[in-house]
Amino acid sequence: MNTYIKSLFLFVITTFFLISCGPPTSKKNSNSKGAIAGNAAEKVYVAPGDHDSHYAFISGGFSGQLAVYGLPSGRLFRVIPVFSQDPEKGYGYSEETKPMLMTSHGFVPWGDSHHPDISQTQGSVDGRWVFINENNTPRIARISLKTFETEEIIEIPNSAGNHSSSFVTENSEYVVAGTRFSVPFPQRDMSIKDMKGNFSGALSFLKINQETGRMNIDFQIKMPGFNYDLSHPGRGKSHGWFFFSTYNTEEANSLMEVNASQNDKDFIAAINWKKIAEYVKNGGGKKVPARYTHNVWNDDTHNATSTMEKEVLVVEPKDVPGAIFFLPTAKSPHGCDVDPTGEYIIGNGKLAAQMTIHSFTKMLKAIEDKAFDGDAYGIPIIKFDAVNYGTLDQPGLGPLHTEFDTRGNAYTTFFISSEVVKWNVKDLKVIDRHKVYYSVGHLMIPGGNSRTPDDKYLVAMNKITKDRYLPTGPEVCQSAQLFDISGEKMELLLDFPTIGEPHYAAGIAADKIAPKTTKIYKLEDNKHPYGVKSEAETKVVRKGKEVHIYMTMIRSHFSPDNIEGVKVGDKVFFHVTNLEQDYDVPHGISMIGAQTSELLIMPGRTTTFTWEPKNVGVWPFYCTDFCSALHQEMQGYVRVSPSNSNIKISYTLDGDIPGEDDL
Amino acid sequence: MHALILRYYRNKLSKILTMKSNYYKLSVLVVLFLFSCKNEVQNTTNKKQTKTKTEYKGQSAVKAGKGEDANILQVAMSLPDFSTLVTAVKAAGVEDALVNAGPLTVFAPTNAAFNKLPKGTVETLVKPENKVKLGFILKNHVAPANYPMKQLKKEAKKGRKLYMASGKYLVVEKKEDGIYVGGTKILKSVKVSNGWIHVIEDVLVPSDK
Repeated sequence: MNTYIKSLFLFVITTFFLISCGPPTSKKNSNSKGAIAGNAAEKVYVAPGDHDSHYAFISGGFSGQLAVYGLPSGRLFRVIPVFSQDPEKGYGYSEETKPMLMTSHGFVPWGDSHHPDISQTQGSVDGRWVFINENNTPRIARISLKTFETEEIIEIPNSAGNHSSSFVTENSEYVVAGTRFSVPFPQRDMSIKDMKGNFSGALSFLKINQETGRMNIDFQIKMPGFNYDLSHPGRGKSHGWFFFSTYNTEEANSLMEVNASQNDKDFIAAINWKKIAEYVKNGGGKKVPARYTHNVWNDDTHNATSTMEKEVLVVEPKDVPGAIFFLPTAKSPHGCDVDPTGEYIIGNGKLAAQMTIHSFTKMLKAIEDKAFDGDAYGIPIIKFDAVNYGTLDQPGLGPLHTEFDTRGNAYTTFFISSEVVKWNVKDLKVIDRHKVYYSVGHLMIPGGNSRTPDDKYLVAMNKITKDRYLPTGPEVCQSAQLFDISGEKMELLLDFPTIGEPHYAAGIAADKIAPKTTKIYKLEDNKHPYGVKSEAETKVVRKGKEVHIYMTMIRSHFSPDNIEGVKVGDKVFFHVTNLEQDYDVPHGISMIGAQTSELLIMPGRTTTFTWEPKNVGVWPFYCTDFCSALHQEMQGYVRVSPSNSNIKISYTLDGDIPGEDDL
Repeated sequence: MHALILRYYRNKLSKILTMKSNYYKLSVLVVLFLFSCKNEVQNTTNKKQTKTKTEYKGQSAVKAGKGEDANILQVAMSLPDFSTLVTAVKAAGVEDALVNAGPLTVFAPTNAAFNKLPKGTVETLVKPENKVKLGFILKNHVAPANYPMKQLKKEAKKGRKLYMASGKYLVVEKKEDGIYVGGTKILKSVKVSNGWIHVIEDVLVPSDK
């Protein structure tokens, strides 16, 4: 405890020192004008009708979603629903999308999304997919960058707090997940105080099918029960390795803010995944029982399926000697970042007064020379001096994350001193520092996790907003800040509000995505089991207590639009196909009293909602998306009769049965 | 853009008022509605330089993507038999309305149909000073609704008239050799992304009142 008090004292002293250098201040007028150069407005102005140069995919954090912004304007284009229901799009409400949110714990309608990462080819972001992890109920999602829709979500078993995720290797061979909270592996009923030595930390490697993007858990490494916080892949010369930061190597289970900060050094775990993949390919590892869902969206049938997987392949570190090492890194490292050359591995010790920079070349030599300083649960610990390239002393307070430009510079965020610091990786010298408003977490340079950063812009994602915008009650939106980093000095250009918490982001040049985006779903390719391709095919079918309506929508009517014979106690399925084949002409549908959803249906799509009428009467439904000049006329009626009524199902459009009125 | 329309109509206001036509008042409303995507080009000229500011193009400048259906204007422009119609549409400045979400049903006279008009009629109509008159005639060919052939047959059967963007009504009739609208025969029908085109063999000149 004495050590703790001493370090706390040092911490407070350092804080005062640094704050006196240039504190973030809440006196708005004095700082905001000073921070903005004269032509900043010009640099972020995208004239009406013009397009932004970059996409930024910014995590919605506790909203569970992923938001799409344009850079440099900071305009919000779309919120992609991923781990949470979204009433705007019907995601997680429609019958087709509900399976996307199934887990081994049942239907989970709200998640916590964290780290988006774009697929890569030869070390550059390629714009095929963006992956994002869910922290709370551990999952990884894959989103198509053609349709901007979530296509796949896979749950990660033996894991809890899926934080060191979902980063991809430089040819998208793997996307990884790591447990932030070590847990019994497999889960079992045991005393919490027996944690030490009895919990494990699973590091999961999910293989990506290069054609379809489909993920499957290739193997899980059963690591010691530390907390695996963040990770990044090796690249270039270090391709084939993955680096995970750890904290709580103390294996404490209570008052972590104190007890997990006792050790002067924790570790970065260096994993030779190529070696382990080879081991697994040759029959290594052991298949163990597990329960986790694998949810896949099918763009042909317009339906998601949820499959419960039964087992997972587990690798014990001791069985693959020479594949896993620990690199001592100062005090509870958070960010674990690898520079574009793959040589420097940077640990941001959030409680440390210095940043640790390891050398990949030195690491290989140390392994060869067996320059070890003992082991942790059988995993060799490389001697600090044998792997360390250097340290950056007193760079700021509370270092969290680092990204890079192509000119040998690193940009690190400091939570406590609210700043971004630019420093030269080779020289270990600070070049520039810039205040952010306030308490920055992650930062993003487009292509930042790749060999080829696109280094014109930097986005700082801040945890605290305070006085930056017009107040909106106790809850204010969180905030991102855009910097121009093309010059020697960083230049603050813009604040823009974000949805949820802008936890982390991935950016890419717009021309890598925009020309390939999907405009409509071809009606002829629609294989939805309840889809129809023309009004003539529309019908209403009773199956016991279920009524299935095969409905179409086109400007500006539904077919059929008059339905009778529905009874109280029925479950009515509206299977609605949008017959439009015109870009940006969705239709919506809502039914009075429907408790599952309203829908927004894209051209060529079929989507389903259910309605269980409770009351006798004639009830209207209508189009909820202003589709056309006659949008207000786009409506219909369903007659609901008592449950004992003898009225048979009938349906019409303009007085005739659709398909039977050809003259 | 509404300012432009208002300015435009202020100039024509006296004419319209003197005609005291309800149809005209209605057509003004329809025009205001349909023209909501009107082109506006802003040119700033000073002594030293001519600077063209960003040119805000209307919706007619939007290109159809791969796999999408073409809209009324795109289809009409792709067919040589409608070159006169396209010329007239451009002269009247209603391109943007024809690409709007609509839905729209256009009865499209062929070049031959225009040739049936008295000599010099088209040449006169496309003159700038006749823009309103030309617009009125063209709007008499556009129904703000979705009328596939099947629906037109139904209209004929039920004796329902078609309300046109001109504010006038057209009669639909089923005759032995086909469907007639406003007294002229529909030769062919084309489904387009924002409605329907029915090809006709006469120009539907609206009556003056």
